[in-house]
Amino acid sequence: MLATLRHRLRENFVRWAVRVRTPEPSPIVLTQRRVYVLPTLAGLSYGTALIVILLGAMNYNLSLGHALVFLLAGLGIVAILHTFRNMALMEISPGRCDPVFAGGTAQFALVMENRRPDPRTSLSIFVDADNPVEIDIGAQASTVALLPVPTRQRGWLQVPRITIETTWPLGLVRAWSYVVPDLACLVYPTPAAKAPPLPWSSDTARGISRDGRGADDFSGMRDHQAADSPRHIAWKSVARQHDGPLLTKLFSGATAQQVWLDWDALPEAMDVELRLSILARWMLDADAAGHAWGLRIPGTHLAPDNGTGQLTAGLRALALFTHGSR
Amino acid sequence: MARANRPVSRRQAWWLLAGALAAFLPLTQQIPLWLALASSAAFAWRAALTWRQWHLPPKWLLVLLVIAGTVGVFLQYRSIIGRTPGIALLVVFLALKLLELRAARDAIVTALLCYFLVLGQFLFTQTIPTALLSSLTVLITTATMLAASDDRPPPLMQLRRAGLMLAQAMPFMLLLFVLFPRVQGPLWGLPQDRYTAVSGISDTMSPGSIAQLSQSDAIAFRVQFKGQVPPQSQLYWRGPVMPSFDGRTWSVRQTLGAYTEIPYAVSGASVDYELTLEPNGKFWVFSLEMPGNLPPDSVLTADYQPIARQLVRNRLRYTQRAWPETHAGLIESRAVLRDALVLPAGGNPRVRALADEWQRRHGDDSAAILATAQEFFNRQLLIYTLNPPLLGPDMIDEFLFDTRRGFCEHFAAAFVYVLRAAGVPARVVAGYQGGEVNPVDGYLVVRQYDAHAWTEVWIAGRGWVRIDPTAISAPSRINSNLAAAVPAGEALPFLVRTDLSWVRELRYRLDAVTNGWNQWVLGYNPQKQRDFLAGLGLGEPDWRSMTAALAVLCGLVLLGLTGWVLRKRMRVDPAVAAWRKFTRRLGAQGIVWHSWEGPLAFAERAAAKAPAHAQAIHEIAALYVRLRYAPGASPQDLLSLRQRIAEFRP
Repeated sequence: MLATLRHRLRENFVRWAVRVRTPEPSPIVLTQRRVYVLPTLAGLSYGTALIVILLGAMNYNLSLGHALVFLLAGLGIVAILHTFRNMALMEISPGRCDPVFAGGTAQFALVMENRRPDPRTSLSIFVDADNPVEIDIGAQASTVALLPVPTRQRGWLQVPRITIETTWPLGLVRAWSYVVPDLACLVYPTPAAKAPPLPWSSDTARGISRDGRGADDFSGMRDHQAADSPRHIAWKSVARQHDGPLLTKLFSGATAQQVWLDWDALPEAMDVELRLSILARWMLDADAAGHAWGLRIPGTHLAPDNGTGQLTAGLRALALFTHGSR
Repeated sequence: MARANRPVSRRQAWWLLAGALAAFLPLTQQIPLWLALASSAAFAWRAALTWRQWHLPPKWLLVLLVIAGTVGVFLQYRSIIGRTPGIALLVVFLALKLLELRAARDAIVTALLCYFLVLGQFLFTQTIPTALLSSLTVLITTATMLAASDDRPPPLMQLRRAGLMLAQAMPFMLLLFVLFPRVQGPLWGLPQDRYTAVSGISDTMSPGSIAQLSQSDAIAFRVQFKGQVPPQSQLYWRGPVMPSFDGRTWSVRQTLGAYTEIPYAVSGASVDYELTLEPNGKFWVFSLEMPGNLPPDSVLTADYQPIARQLVRNRLRYTQRAWPETHAGLIESRAVLRDALVLPAGGNPRVRALADEWQRRHGDDSAAILATAQEFFNRQLLIYTLNPPLLGPDMIDEFLFDTRRGFCEHFAAAFVYVLRAAGVPARVVAGYQGGEVNPVDGYLVVRQYDAHAWTEVWIAGRGWVRIDPTAISAPSRINSNLAAAVPAGEALPFLVRTDLSWVRELRYRLDAVTNGWNQWVLGYNPQKQRDFLAGLGLGEPDWRSMTAALAVLCGLVLLGLTGWVLRKRMRVDPAVAAWRKFTRRLGAQGIVWHSWEGPLAFAERAAAKAPAHAQAIHEIAALYVRLRYAPGASPQDLLSLRQRIAEFRP
């Protein structure tokens, strides 16, 4: 009961606190109006102790007791200022965020900038209070904080509301602020754990060695992968550089293998997300094997190719696929 | 929250140990020896735990130790509440808390215990050295709290930051100290052990009891006269009046009425003063003879001795007007006069015979008998000494006729005895005589070695007349001081000696500082606060105006500190300032510089847009880049950059 009430109050407060347009334009400056300060549990104990000391000093007519309690009260006020100062006027700009597969952890990078000539110490930044990231920012310097956020769904993941807080220097008060920077992470569909084999079309699949490449013209080299045939290892180049990586010779030609990853190759009745995750698995497999592949899904058509660019484009298309775009 | 759950690091453990020691060490005198030793052992254990990184002791052991400590304290004091047992218990908790430091949040508990112990120390002493020592404790404890929050900075940095924060807290402390509405304690009953025994004039007087005080230079009270300090021979500070005598010991009247107003008529010149009385553990509130008003919360006994309603256990400050020429008791009650004639049956035959003879000669002419007695004391050539010989059962006889050596109590006792034997009412008055003016602050300081005893004789038509028999034989005791009166070579307290003038000079200064501390810091009570604030022009200060002033002034300090907090001390590089000027000039021509744009890239773009100035633009950008990014740029470059930009007219 009390917990629900507290939760609701907190939610209302947060909604009021983050009353700016979200996501916020960068850089976000933590002005004094958006830094909140309240005592911590330690601060409350400190306050209680001060009251007890004051009563003792009054009861025993201890002038120095009064002086002590007044000094400590002043210290408390100064602690509020220092804690507040540790946060106030900090600037936060969105950094970058590498795409991840759904289920993985997105690492949102935030650039925290301190224009003040004094460092800022022991700031903790979190989306979820159990996993804070602790950072310090030097004087007139900036630091990049990497905020891990678990992902579940494919598509754009807008960075959730971020809390920045500090109890430095005395731990008596907590200053905090909420920011919602304009930063999103592209989440790819989770590659299916079990997928049907690559959908070779019947004409290309038959009678061709399954080593995955054409064998006509040498077209370049790339890092050796476990699936590559040992016959294509560039032994000469290995011999030239002693402990260099194994390289695989690539060949292109009419007989180079092309595979079409086709939406329609999967059963009509299959769930959209499952289809996407099978397509993602196929892309990864095809890329790992070095096949050139093309993608046909409703609304997107990628010509066959291989390499990182192709993979990124394909996964991006899957991540942003909307059924209605057919 | 996560931070508070973090385990205590080694550095933090060292800090906590330092804070605890800083709070504990000054208290070692006040707690029992076994506890001091046991706590030291616990601190050593803590140090070993940290040093060797051993495991913390198991919880059950700590619980046992807490119980053992509490029982020990109880057995020691038969109580666990009150001043000393309370502090002893706090020491137990502090020592054991250090052994169970698990999370960083335990640090705040330790720090708060340390602050409590600082308060505990003030229960015993509030002198300037104590204040300095406890400032050090507060500094270390505050640094400990800093370390609990962030343990990376080295110790000196932590102390520096703690010092900075405490310095910033000082204005608040001063304002609160002056303006926080004070309440006169106690708020609730004080435990019996709040006070420790102090030496001073007691309620009885026997041979040697005042001589014993002459070795103490402890301060009895300080007096600030409004106007001239009266001559030394008038400074009789009235204390316990002792009419009862049992043959050896004089003592105060048990109880016989009490006046709440001054019952006698005052006359002559008056003396105004403010007296700051040190605690004496008795009811004595000393006043210059004869007081014209009573100190607050006190009454006057039937013997015209002001006494406090409660034991004087705190420093008291009161203003009085005294009337030195007043003789009290023109009309005296029979009971008082009867008591002033009582002598134990028998003893001292020689004195009695002498008194009988005086009585035969003068009848009931008290004044004549008094004059005879004074003349007799003068004739006997009595010697005033700190080391009188021991006296037998007929001590008055022995003193007056045989040994003839005595201290003031002998003189007073013998004088009263003789007069009573001759039928003249007389009584002993104890108190202080004289005092020493501190030239530094003008206060008259009365010390225990100024303790004195004199007599009062009742004469019809004149009332009680003060006669100081010591003055008859040793007038320098009254006109000067103890050192001048006793024979050379007698042991005297260090401070009363007249040689070593530089020591005296130093002592005057120290004493003036102590007195200022007592008056303004320790004696800053509700009364002093009202007087002080009224003196500042705060009209009739009450808690409302004080709180308002407090709020306004604290607000101002807060505002000042907030300004410091939010200041952006951004010293702009002069090269950047010049570059901005340059970009503003180009911006006016429609060539806008974007903050994300590098200087060379911008120069490229600007030169393309304004080909007429291309060379100047390129040169300025190159200079700027060199100043900002190249090593070893000279001040000459800055000058030429500024000049180029000043000359640049797109």
